[in-house]
Amino acid sequence: MKLLLTYSKRKGGEPIIARIVKETGVLITVERANIDTLAGEVLIDVPDESARMICDLIKSRGAEVRILEQGIVRDENECVDCGACISICPKDVFYMDHEWKVQLRKGRCILCGRCIVACPHRALSQSQ
Amino acid sequence: MEKSIEEINRKIREGNVRVVTADEMPRIIGELGEEGALEEVDVVTTGTFGAMCSSGAFLNFGHADPPIRMERVWLNDVEAYGGIAAVDAYIGVTQQSETRGDEYGGAHVMEDLVSGAGVELHAISRGTDCYPRRSITTELKLEDLNQAVMVNPRNSYQRYNAATNSTDRTLFTYMGTLLPNYGNVSFSGAGSLSPLQNDPKLRTIGSGTPIFLCGARGIVVGEGTQHSPGTGFGTLMVSGDMKQMSRDFLRAATMQHYGVTLYVGLGVAIPLLDLDMVRSTGVRDEDIGVDILDYGVPRRSRPTVKKVTYAELKSGRVELMGEEVKTSSLSSYRFARRVATTLREWIERGKFELSLPTQRLNSTKVAMPMKETEPMPTVKEIMSRMVHAITEDESIKTAARKLLRGDTNHLVVLDHAGRLVGIVTTYDISKSVVQEGRGGLVKDIMTRQVIRTTMDEHLDIAAQKLERYNISALPVVDRDSRVVGMLTAIDLGKLLERRWKR
Ligand code: SF4
Ligand code: SF4
Repeated sequence: MKLLLTYSKRKGGEPIIARIVKETGVLITVERANIDTLAGEVLIDVPDESARMICDLIKSRGAEVRILEQGIVRDENECVDCGACISICPKDVFYMDHEWKVQLRKGRCILCGRCIVACPHRALSQSQ
Repeated sequence: MEKSIEEINRKIREGNVRVVTADEMPRIIGELGEEGALEEVDVVTTGTFGAMCSSGAFLNFGHADPPIRMERVWLNDVEAYGGIAAVDAYIGVTQQSETRGDEYGGAHVMEDLVSGAGVELHAISRGTDCYPRRSITTELKLEDLNQAVMVNPRNSYQRYNAATNSTDRTLFTYMGTLLPNYGNVSFSGAGSLSPLQNDPKLRTIGSGTPIFLCGARGIVVGEGTQHSPGTGFGTLMVSGDMKQMSRDFLRAATMQHYGVTLYVGLGVAIPLLDLDMVRSTGVRDEDIGVDILDYGVPRRSRPTVKKVTYAELKSGRVELMGEEVKTSSLSSYRFARRVATTLREWIERGKFELSLPTQRLNSTKVAMPMKETEPMPTVKEIMSRMVHAITEDESIKTAARKLLRGDTNHLVVLDHAGRLVGIVTTYDISKSVVQEGRGGLVKDIMTRQVIRTTMDEHLDIAAQKLERYNISALPVVDRDSRVVGMLTAIDLGKLLERRWKR
């Protein structure tokens, strides 16, 4: 399950993720991180069964966390199955099936946003 | 054996015509041989569905009361060309909205009309004795127009080049998003399903050929603009009644940081008159060569990075520079097939008959590049030959003195052979004063990755560099990286300002 973590450095800026990994022993994959001088946004992937606990731990350390259930969503009414999204996605979320229809593996999405602007038909968006 | 068009049309009327889509032909020929295929198949349908920027429609609005001679016309804030008669206009698909930028344009107006939505017409006029009215605003639907005739000057390209990007930044082009360092390959076109690929000699496709256009029955007007069959890039000018069209085959789109375009579904039914037509419709994706061009090079002739085929592109991966690179299409093969199968059904149900061109198109000509009569404005023209230079082992203080003395903001840093190795600006010097602790030499504060230009670079390309990297001057270098001048944003600004005024 993917969690989006946001925190401000003023609240310590401690290595939250590293601490949690150490304490719980849960494997956390950092999929994407945007960190500047004041705030950070980190997208992590955790095993589904530990998601609740990890969320609580993150919150108790003063960061905000949101579960990204969906990843990218596609508007079927706009999509024309061109495939422009396929080659620009860093996580191979999109692929062409045997009927030349573009399919999604949403679980892989790290919400980098690249495909949203690359889709000529404005068929992709970030659900929330 | 030969077949006449009359014979094929009689079969269509009698309901026993045999129609297949072009992608089935290679297999049929493989099974039955060419003679067998000619006997078995009467018509091959083709289709393509992709971005076709050279599209638009003539609209007739009827007369208002009191009447107006519309001079400038907007539809949902998108300007249409009004320089034709009083109540006609041509809406081009790439024209952008004056209020919504590239998120809405002529293509969207057309999609809205075809979907049955109302569109606001606004027009102005000077007023004349016979047409006194000076402005009008009204909401119209497609059914309220007398005519809405799609006329696309250049559609249905025989094939396209594919695109990749050698530079270190993402490019946004009409070929879609191109990732840096050959990060992906983007291509377009339906390959062996494309109309002109199935009749490259243009025997059955020409003026007057009936076609499928965005769900309507349309017609080929003649050769498309830029028609260049001699180089494998034939095009068609086509027309059709928008009132018969469907959103299933007509979609507005926006290429990021490029602009608005229209996805057009177009199909041609090709009669199998003889063995020659059997052979040309037997074309396979493996037979169609495509050049992958480097869009990182901002010139008309972009270098070919690799020659591949449609089959390779469609496989999703090609090898470039020793690495596997993902490919993806901008046009939709699924929709292209839908065009071809819909056209097949029309013919099978007797709704669509074929006819040979009333006029053949030229099948060998080559499109010319633009003739330019003014010399190309290059960096040489406006660069300053006065160069203020320093070496990397001199002190920051010396640099500051040189900047002051030279009344400039940029010092180029040269090595012992006089080659460019860095640049220091007044900003770098001020910063070094504030951030103490860094060394006291030019090499400690200079920028080493210097964005540069050359004497014969086009000024617009140099201007784009200044803008993109948000810098105010470019050293001009020769082949050996020796600095021969400086081009500053101020000089360039003055020149560009003059040009826009014309
Ligand atoms: S780029 Fe957009 S329209 Fe094309 S397949 Fe992807 S989601 Fe669909
Ligand atoms: S947001 Fe990024 S990772 Fe997710 S589907 Fe789009 S391109 Fe792929």
